[in-house]
Amino acid sequence: MQFGIFSVGDVTPDPTTGRTPTERERIKAMVAIALKAEEVGLDVFATGEHHNPPFVPSSPTTMLGYIAARTEKLVLSTSTTLITTNDPVKIAEDFAMLQHLADGRVDLMMGRGNTGPVYPWFGKDIRQGINLAVENYALLHRLWREDVVDWEGKFRTPLQGFTSTPRPLDDVPPFVWHGSIRSPEIAEQAAFYGDGFFHNNIFWPADHTKRMIELYRDRYAHYGHGTPEQAVVGLGGQVFMRRSSQEAVREFRPYFDNAPVYGHGPSLEDFTDQTPLTVGSPQQVIEKTLAFRDYAGDYQRQLFLMDHAGLPLKTVLEQLDLLGDEVVPVLRKEFAADRPADVPDAPTHASLLAARERGADGAAGRGAGKETVA
Amino acid sequence: MRLVVVSAGLSVPSSTRLLADRLAAAAGRLAPLDVQVVEVRELAVEIAHAFTSGFPGRALAAAQEAVTAADGLIVVTPVFSASYSGLFKSFFDLLDQDALAGTPVLTAATGGTARHSLVLEHALRPLFSYLRAVVVPTGVYAASEDWGAEGLDGRIERAAAELTGLMTGLTAARPARPGPDDGFTVVPFADRLAALAPPSEGERTVGVPRPVPPSR
Repeated sequence: MQFGIFSVGDVTPDPTTGRTPTERERIKAMVAIALKAEEVGLDVFATGEHHNPPFVPSSPTTMLGYIAARTEKLVLSTSTTLITTNDPVKIAEDFAMLQHLADGRVDLMMGRGNTGPVYPWFGKDIRQGINLAVENYALLHRLWREDVVDWEGKFRTPLQGFTSTPRPLDDVPPFVWHGSIRSPEIAEQAAFYGDGFFHNNIFWPADHTKRMIELYRDRYAHYGHGTPEQAVVGLGGQVFMRRSSQEAVREFRPYFDNAPVYGHGPSLEDFTDQTPLTVGSPQQVIEKTLAFRDYAGDYQRQLFLMDHAGLPLKTVLEQLDLLGDEVVPVLRKEFAADRPADVPDAPTHASLLAARERGADGAAGRGAGKETVA
Repeated sequence: MRLVVVSAGLSVPSSTRLLADRLAAAAGRLAPLDVQVVEVRELAVEIAHAFTSGFPGRALAAAQEAVTAADGLIVVTPVFSASYSGLFKSFFDLLDQDALAGTPVLTAATGGTARHSLVLEHALRPLFSYLRAVVVPTGVYAASEDWGAEGLDGRIERAAAELTGLMTGLTAARPARPGPDDGFTVVPFADRLAALAPPSEGERTVGVPRPVPPSR
């Protein structure tokens, strides 16, 4: 199982000091957080993609390429890559390039983006969001698998004899996750291709997450990629930890109360009761995260949102120390303990390459051994 | 049959709730009803949180499920600033768009003066028409002066009879609505993909090949 962090990349004032970091500070902080993730033994760093203030990460492969050069093991990913407003040709090129530079330590998560005004800036219409995700990904899927592509669709100029360069590293396309919170169409899309499905459950009650994942697992089996239990599932989580839960609550409450997403809404107590947010001791985080398996089944990737609500970098790095030193080692052990042998790990470049060389025809990554990261 | 009464009065006791109870009692004399009352006042904080957090708390979710599963509704609001109260509207804003489709709804309102009685026609009826509910012809408006005057009882009886008549007649014919635990409706992915494929020369009448899921 893979553990990592994902960042939205928001520039949010620290409510305890009133200070807002500069864009440069925030971008450098995201890099520092990624480097720290590798240092403390996490497997994945994923960056969001946004094209409006107060967010900074508009150019994910630029950032991930820089992080790739300064890390050795970390898998670089996205949360999410906008399959609606980006040209699929450019996604194919950018991520293949990143694969070569990062020696295959790359996957990505497709998402639609949910802000109406952003779409027209890229010549698109949010009312076509699902159709854009369907058509653009169908093209992207071909561009990484066919050397020469003739293509015609609704949303982009046709392609005649087009070759996306560079070709994917070792002719193995990056593994793709599809992220969606509410759209069964996207769970269906992930299942159709045998790709991963990531449910960003962090603001949602467990019963909703359960229904979305059950749908994906059922349809994954329907399309012949494996059993429902072998489908590739990722989940989010967001935590704030201190030694004691009282300390954690006292320190985090002003951040919670003013956070851009949930601030000025439910109480911290109600929100932690009803969603995956955990504010407490490392042991509480361990218990709450292990319980995800009760409704999601054995899953492959757990990403934590740690740099939220305007927390200063120093605090976030302390959080990562706790996560890497005290939480994740226990989670690795506990999640592995009851895991059936035929539940695969998340595919990596190495496992996909090995599967292809064995001529495996089933779902990628299956039987690729239990290594966590290539 | 399940009758759910949504009462948006704010004070305790409330004349809005009093009207709601009299309407429910009248309906109960005309048909065997299982009656549940939703006091919107008790959900006020969860309603506000649902707008900011995006999901309903437990009590609000239970009320939404009851309303969605009901065979008929009685909805009663006080008149604020020439319309339904904001809290009343917020409760219905948070319902699924299809939750009330085909459900008979008796609308009622209370106010300090009879000059607002048409609020039933210019505010409540359009709201429930939008939600594709079946609004009964008689709405019941009770101004302060009506509580001591003749006429209110008759309107209550007439509206209750119209409601139970519709509930009895429509229950059998009403389409099934998704419950909270039902699965999603799935359009097979190949159909979605095929719908986007432009027809190529020579294929305009025969259609495109149906896409098949890839295997790696």
